Formats: sequence, C-alpha cells, structure tokens
Amino acid sequence: MASPESAVNGPTMTAGAASKSLRNAFGGVIAFIILVLIGVLAFSIRLFSVIKYESVIHEFDPYFNYRVTQFLSKNGIYDFWNWFDDRTWYPLGRVIGGTVYPGLTLTAGTIWKVVNSLNIPLSVETVCVFTAPIFSAFASWAAYLLTKEVKGPGAGLTAAALLAMVPSYISRSVAGSYDNEAVAIFALVFTFYLYIKTLNTGSLFYATLNALAYFYMVCSWGGYTFIINLIPMHVLLCIVTGRYSSRLYIAYAPLVVLGTLLASLVPVVGFNAVLTSEHFASFLVFIIIHVVALAYYIKGILSPKMFKVAVTLVVSAGLAVCCAVIAILIAVVASSPTKGWSGRSLTLLDPTYASKYIPIIASVSEHQPPTWPSYFMDINVLAFLVPAGIIACFMPLTDSSSFVILYIVTSVYFSGVMVRLMLVLAPAACILSGIALSEAFNVLTRSIKNRKKEKENVEKKPTPSKTEKRLLVLPLEASVIAVLLLVLLGAFYVVFSVQVHCVWAAAEAYSAPSIVLTSHSNDGGLHVFDDFREAYSWLSHNTDVDDKVASWWDYGYQTTAMANRTVLVDNNTWNNTHIATVGTAMSSPEKQAWEIFHSLDVKYVLVVFGGVVGYPSDDINKFLWMVRIGGGVFPHIKEPDYLRDGQYRIDAQATPTMLNCLMYKLSYFRSDFIPIHKTDGKGFDRVRRTEIGKKHFKLTHFEEVFTTHHWMVRIYKLKPQRNRIRGKTKKSKSSRSVSSKRDVRGKRNPWH
Amino acid sequence: MYVGFGGALDVAAVLDFVDSGHDLIVAADTTASDLIKSVATECGVDFDEEPSAMVIDHQNYAVSDVDGDHTLIAADELINSDVILGKTKIEAPVLFKGIAHSLNAANTLALKVLSASPSAYSAHPTAKLSSPPSLTGSAISLVSVVQARNNARIMISGSLDLFSNRYMKSSVQKAGSPSKYEKSGNEQFVTELSKWLFHERGHLKAGNLRHVKVGETNEPAMYRIKDDLEFYVDIYEWSGNSWEPYVADDVQVQFYMMSPYVLKTLSTDKKGLYHTSFKVPDVYGVFQFKVEYQKLGYTSLSLSKQIPVRPFRHNEYERFITTAFPYYGASFTTMAGFFIFSVVYLYNK
Repeated sequence: MASPESAVNGPTMTAGAASKSLRNAFGGVIAFIILVLIGVLAFSIRLFSVIKYESVIHEFDPYFNYRVTQFLSKNGIYDFWNWFDDRTWYPLGRVIGGTVYPGLTLTAGTIWKVVNSLNIPLSVETVCVFTAPIFSAFASWAAYLLTKEVKGPGAGLTAAALLAMVPSYISRSVAGSYDNEAVAIFALVFTFYLYIKTLNTGSLFYATLNALAYFYMVCSWGGYTFIINLIPMHVLLCIVTGRYSSRLYIAYAPLVVLGTLLASLVPVVGFNAVLTSEHFASFLVFIIIHVVALAYYIKGILSPKMFKVAVTLVVSAGLAVCCAVIAILIAVVASSPTKGWSGRSLTLLDPTYASKYIPIIASVSEHQPPTWPSYFMDINVLAFLVPAGIIACFMPLTDSSSFVILYIVTSVYFSGVMVRLMLVLAPAACILSGIALSEAFNVLTRSIKNRKKEKENVEKKPTPSKTEKRLLVLPLEASVIAVLLLVLLGAFYVVFSVQVHCVWAAAEAYSAPSIVLTSHSNDGGLHVFDDFREAYSWLSHNTDVDDKVASWWDYGYQTTAMANRTVLVDNNTWNNTHIATVGTAMSSPEKQAWEIFHSLDVKYVLVVFGGVVGYPSDDINKFLWMVRIGGGVFPHIKEPDYLRDGQYRIDAQATPTMLNCLMYKLSYFRSDFIPIHKTDGKGFDRVRRTEIGKKHFKLTHFEEVFTTHHWMVRIYKLKPQRNRIRGKTKKSKSSRSVSSKRDVRGKRNPWH
Repeated sequence: MYVGFGGALDVAAVLDFVDSGHDLIVAADTTASDLIKSVATECGVDFDEEPSAMVIDHQNYAVSDVDGDHTLIAADELINSDVILGKTKIEAPVLFKGIAHSLNAANTLALKVLSASPSAYSAHPTAKLSSPPSLTGSAISLVSVVQARNNARIMISGSLDLFSNRYMKSSVQKAGSPSKYEKSGNEQFVTELSKWLFHERGHLKAGNLRHVKVGETNEPAMYRIKDDLEFYVDIYEWSGNSWEPYVADDVQVQFYMMSPYVLKTLSTDKKGLYHTSFKVPDVYGVFQFKVEYQKLGYTSLSLSKQIPVRPFRHNEYERFITTAFPYYGASFTTMAGFFIFSVVYLYNK
C-alpha cells in the first residue's frame, strides 16, 4: 500500500533526495509535536470535573475499582488475586480476584507503585482519578498509529485529534471516571493497530505483540469479545474476497492461539475462552484459514487439472463431514438453555432479548438502545464525515481499509443496541472522519499543486508521469475555492462547533461526578448537593463496623467504598436471586419487608429520595425495576398491583399495594412537612410533580435515623423485635363490637 | 384515656418496668380494673371481657361445707416443668377462685402454668346463661407466666385469693376424689413459682463463645472451606446465689448462612464448658456460629458470632493431579517433538 503523499512526492525524489529527507525529518518533528499537543489536549480537556468539582471518583463502578486498587496497593498482588470480600453480597460474599477484570486495577496500581518508588508521594485516589485522562492520550496516539497504517500520517493526525475530543469518549474518561472503559478503549485501538501492522508487514514480532495487546484488553474489559469476533470477521472477508496471503495468516493464527491461551489465564475469563459461543467464531475461522492455506499450498504443487480433481474430491467429502459436525454442534448448543450465549451477548444479537427475559440487564440505563439525538450529542459532526470516510476507504480498497470499514459497520450496529457501546463506535468514527478530512485536503491541495506542476512540466517535459494522470485532478479554481471553503468550514464548523460542543460536553454534560450534584438557583448562584457523601459518612461514623446496610444495588459499591459497611447487593449484579430478594423486600409491606431484612441480619435501610430537590434518578423512579426483578424470582410480587390502569403513579390514585410498600413509605415518610420547601403540608413531590397519595403515616417496623440536608438520602433502622407479644383484646371499643357480634350470632344459633 | 394507678404510675410506666428487664406479678379478680386488664393484655394475656364472670367448674370444684356455686376450684392441671415449679411434685390441688383468662395461640412467650379442667367455663355465677360462654375448658388459664424477649418474667393470676393465707392453710378435697389433703398446694405452688419468677431458677448465662482451627490456639479472623475447627461456649445457670455449670445434652450450635449448614449437638464437660468440632462446609460466604437455646422454663439464649469462610487460595490447590498425567505427558512430548522436528527440518538437508 502506498500512501498518496509518497505517490505525489515520487517524481521529485530523483530531483533532490537531500531536500526530501530534510523535509521528511521536518515533517516528522512537526508530527511529533502535534502528537504531543494532541496528548496534552486529550488529557487537559478531561480535567473540567476536577476544576469544577474536586478530585473525586465519580459514579458507582469507579468506587469499586478504587476500593480494589486500594486493596491492591496495600496488600499486594497475591492477596488481591485471592481476595474474598466479606463486606459485600452479605452473606454470600464475593471472590473479587476471580470476578473482576484486573487490567484497570493493575494498571493504576503499577502507576502508583512506580510513581511512589520515584519518591513522588501521590495518593492512590489521585492516581485513580487521573488514570482515565492519561489513557485517553494514549488512545489518541494509538488511533494515530492505526490510521497511519491505513491511510498515512495525515489521516492519522486528524483521527488522533478527533479522538482526543470526541464527546462519546470524553463521557467515559473524564478525570475521576475510573472505570474499565478508561483503559479498554486504548487497548482496543492499540490491538487493532497491531493487527493492521502485522497484516501490512507480515512480521511475527508484531503478531506476538498483538497477542499481548489482546491479553491486556481481555484483562481490562468484557468488550474484548468485540475484538475476537471482529478480527475473524475481517479474516473471513479477506478470504472470501480472495485476499488471502501469508501476512493474513501470520496476523491471525498466532493471535488466536496465543490470545486464547493468555485470555484463559485471566481468572474471570478462564475456561470461558474456549467454552462460550462468543469465542467460537474465532475458532471456526481458525479452521477455515488453515483449510484455505492448505488449499493454496496444494494448488502450488499440483497441476491445475489435478487440483480440480482434488477440489471436487475434498469438497464432497468435506461437505459431508461438515454437515455432521454442524449437526452435532447445533445439538450441543441447543441443549443448553441460553444456547451457550451469555445474556449480555444475546442482547447484542437480539435487542429485545433482555427486556423480555432479563430485567436486571434491561434495568441498567446504559444497556438501553440510544436515541437519535444521542448520536449527535456523542459523535456530533463525525456522524456526517463517516460516510465520506467509508468512500475514501474504497479508493483504493486494501486489507487494512477493509478492516476499518468492517469496524465502523459493526460498531454502528452495536451502538444501536446499547448506549454503552457508543464508546466502541467513537474511535471508529474518529478514524474514518480523520481519513475523510485528510483525503479531502489531499485531493484539493494536490489539484493545486498538480496544476502548478503541470505548467512547469509543460515547459520541461511534454508528458507527465502516468501515476499522476490517474489521480483525481480538479480544475485549479475549483480546488482553490474548495480548499478555502474547507478551511473556512473547518474553522467555523469543526473548530467552533465541534470544539465548543466537545468542550461544552466535557465541561457540563459529562463532568458531573454524580456523587456531588450542583444546580443553579434563579439568581445565578451555585447550589451544591453533597448528600451522598453526607449519608455515607454518617453511616461510617454512627454505625457498627459489622452492621449490614440494605439498599438498591446502585448504591452498593459506594456504600462499601465510602461508608465501609457491609451491603447485601451491589453493582456487580452476579446473583439475580439476591437482588430479587432485596427488590421483594422493597416492594413488600412493612412487616414482610422487616422479616426479609431481619433474616438477612440487616440493621439499616438506605433509600434515595429526590422528591424534595427534584433529583430524578431516585429510588421511586427505579422502583418498577425492583418490582420486576423481585417478581421474576418471587411470583407473589406482581407488577400490575403497583400500577393503576397501567400507569405508574404515586398520588392518591395509586394502588394500595403501591401506597403500602416499603419503598413508598420509606421515601415519603414525613415528607408532608418538608422544611426546605414550603409545601404547607401538602407533600408535593418535585420529581413526579404531584401531591403524594399517602400522608401522615407512621412506621411500625422501621425508624428514621438519618436524613440528609436535602432529603436525598434517607437512612432507616430496623426496629428490634417487640419485647412482648400483645394479647388479642384491643380497646373497649373493639370489645363492644365483639360482644354485639356475639349477640347476633347468639340469635342465629339454632342450638340455643 | 388511661387513668393511673395513683401518682405517676400508669400502664406505660408498668410496661417500661417490664421492658427494662424487671419481673412483675399481676393478680386480678372480679373487681379488677381495666388498667390491670390492659397491663395483662399488653403482656399477651386476655382476661375475660365480661366484668363479673368467674371460672365455674361443676366437676372439679373443691368440696366445702356448703354446696356453693362451684367457683372455688381445686385445680391440678399444672405445667409439667421442674424448672418452673420445682423438683418436688405438687401433690395437693391448688385452690383457685377468680376470673378466667386466655392466651393468644400465636404468643410463643406465654405459658399456662395452671390451667382449668375441660369442664370449666367462665360465666357469671348467679345469672342464668343466655348464650354459650366465650371461654370454656382447657382454653381457660388460671395462672400464666410470660417470659418477655428480654427475659423479664411476668406472672398473671386470675385470683387474688390464691395467695391468701386462708387458702394456703386450708385443707382441700377435690369433688369426686377420695383423697383429702390436709393442706392445699397453694403455698408450694406460689413459693416455687415466685422463685422461678424472680430468676432464682431457670436463668442461664452463656458467653465466651470461641472457635479455633484444629491444632491452633488463636481464634482466626477467617476460615477456609474444608477447615477443621473446634467450637466452645460456656453456659452457666443461676442457682439463687451463685452461677453453677449448666448441664444438658440438647444444646446445639449452627454454622449458619441463611440456613444452617452444620447443626451439631454440643457435648459438655459438666463444668459449664460446651464443645464440639466439625469441618467447615465446602461453601464460602459469611457464616455465623449461632447458639439458639430455648427450653421450657429457661431464659432463652441467643448468641452469634460472624465468621467469613473463604475459598482456596490459588496456591492451595494441588499442583499436579494424578488424573491429568496423560495431559502433562502429551504437552511435554509435543514440546520435545517440536524441538526435534525443528532441528531436523532446519539442519538436515
């Protein structure tokens, strides 16, 4: 593959090699400086959250990763490997070492260790906060390398610059967003780069590096299955289109063998690397590529006639064997209930699968399909540049550019299934947009250059070289205007719109740590809601070390990490039954809920309530998922009982089951005389914008122990069991009614 | 609308007294106020709601000189418990004259100590019965005890006369029974019951719950699955003036995680130390050692200690498994074969 630039420079090579090498070196230096600047941009655009808020870990999962990293830095790798965590999933516990993707943790742990051994005393938290921005710089460079392999350094630099500030990626890698994706995107792009590099060079060295990069990706994120399916797809595409070469073989075969061996070393993957259907495609293609290689080899040693005979023989025999094998395979796979696929992967193939069968997957907002606006929000102008990039990849179509096309097509599909996978689309979109932009510049500038050159050439030589003729050449005026237009457009649209949009996205939309919230009051003042940390620190200061705190699973990681208290369920949703138990308790009446919690040794119940300040992602809004998940395991919880005519409501029209369930009571207890907002005892819910349906009630089995400043987190304690059991007789009033009943019965008694 | 007993004493104060772990005797008769009844109700005992109804038994009344209305009952249906009523059997019937009460069947804390015979019923002794009495037969309790969850003990009696000197000293003969006792069982009954009531009997103390891995002396913070462990607990009984070793063969320990995985009866050295040993089950999680001991008449014991159980560490598995030797052989011969093949292929022209 020859880059267009070198094609242009080709003829001048003979003219002056010295000036050429000087220019190349100059270009290299400039490219290097640009790359460094891109790295700085990628890093610094992600620091808004630190500047606007503080250097904190964001959201939910990062807290778990942070806790694991703390453990790692304190106890070392072997204890981490064997860590049995008894503070979560009470009483089941969780084998952390065997159920996490350790890549992120090990990366941050290593950085921390290196930095500390250099006598730079950084805390683990600081390292964790800044891991994501650092790796986004790496990811930009990896995108440069990948695109350079496909379409030359110009496209590479553009792609890197775009990836550094694409909102979709920023959303997952702002400072403090210490999640697997932070390092995984770098690993993903770098693995693809090494694959393309191997494909272009046919070097076994790069193939080995590729397997190692794949190993790092497997360590980092469950999304590695994307790689192990995309690369076989590309190999298959190459074979089908007659592009089989020994380079392809070297790029693929070592990756499958070494990659699978290495992947099975990661405890969380283990035997899954050879047992689950996600990996079968790679093995199938592995077989196919060997068959094809054999066929090419035999073709080389046999005469064409003999080869034809051999082909018919092998094909007829092979078909029979294949049919038998496929029949057996289908029988084996069909005998397992999920057909050998894990729930998340089935969701990818059949987007309606999760909502039908697995409420726990459907309940996570990032597993929902994205809306159209989110494409414009997340990849912005790139959405328009991608088609141009695809066209550019077809001129000319090479092994590597076909890979990029395949990458964008599959990732567009996956992002359409799950919002979360928009992240996989982002690098692909950046690479293709980079290619599109740089191709456009190339074509236009070349037109200008060529027109000048042609004038010179007319004087010097009558016939220009053939390569130049074949290139697309536009009229001079048109190309100058186009370049100007492109520059202007670039200046106005890309710089102002994209940059402004990206910076806005980075600063406003994606930097909120969700543990600290802010709002602007009417007079422009900034109001900070720090209720979560308030509640967690209350728990850690006022409860016993071994007390168990029950809450919906969203808050599990935070409670263990920030309050250091044992929780029943957390964001690692590995045990559906346990989550269903908590969901059932939350949707049961007080007494039953108390019994469930008591049997699990729960001391405190934590609920998140946004009705006072208008925080929409509170437990009442998540409540239907609790009902669904609980009802999935315990059939006496039925969703229609909580809905009035199919409508979810909390006002006076709500069903009695809804009004009496624990979640309702714990959320709205005392909320009819909220002190902050003068609602005059009306009990107005600012999220649902209605008056609540049940007021002035008392709790019988729970007592309120703490409510944060803005009422966002409310903590209740289970009352101890009653010391005495009351007798039947209630009050004189009831006894009177009993006696009157007896009179009635006495009259009817025929015995008397 | 509670009226106090006088001064600051009202129902709530009495119940506070109980809830803070003190013992209480409630005795009532036909003149009992609603306050007394509501105290009893709060403790789980319901007196008959008809104000003037008394327990009448035309079969098991005490024989007296005048043939009365059979409200003086010679009750002998005592609870069968040495702990509550002492080791000496109460031979003579207990004289009782008073009102009936009943226990809520769901109330696991209350016990009938002295119950009425199947022929008893609760009604106004002189008025004509217009409807079937609400309380009849063995459902009627004459004297009950309640042991609250904090082990406070409450005695509830439907008769004040039961405690009177006159009844204690009088002779008794049950109707239809040839044996006549010089002295009624009242004194022994009341004395023994009050001993139990004031925790001179049947009060257990357990503590010093500890466990070690077999062969070690220090208590570990965590066990591994399939560890062998030993479990100890001390249980003493209050004899009235000192703590004596409690001897029983029915104390059990649970190794509990949502349900008991191990349930073992403890053996005792008769000096108060209970002991057993068992293997940790092949399940990891946060377990509890639980001693839940609820025996008739004794205070209930409920001890638990949390202990996590972890799976094997990565280096605690066997390094080489015998059954896998063919695979080891296969991989090593493949390696050797590949090496030889390379040498032959590369250097043998």
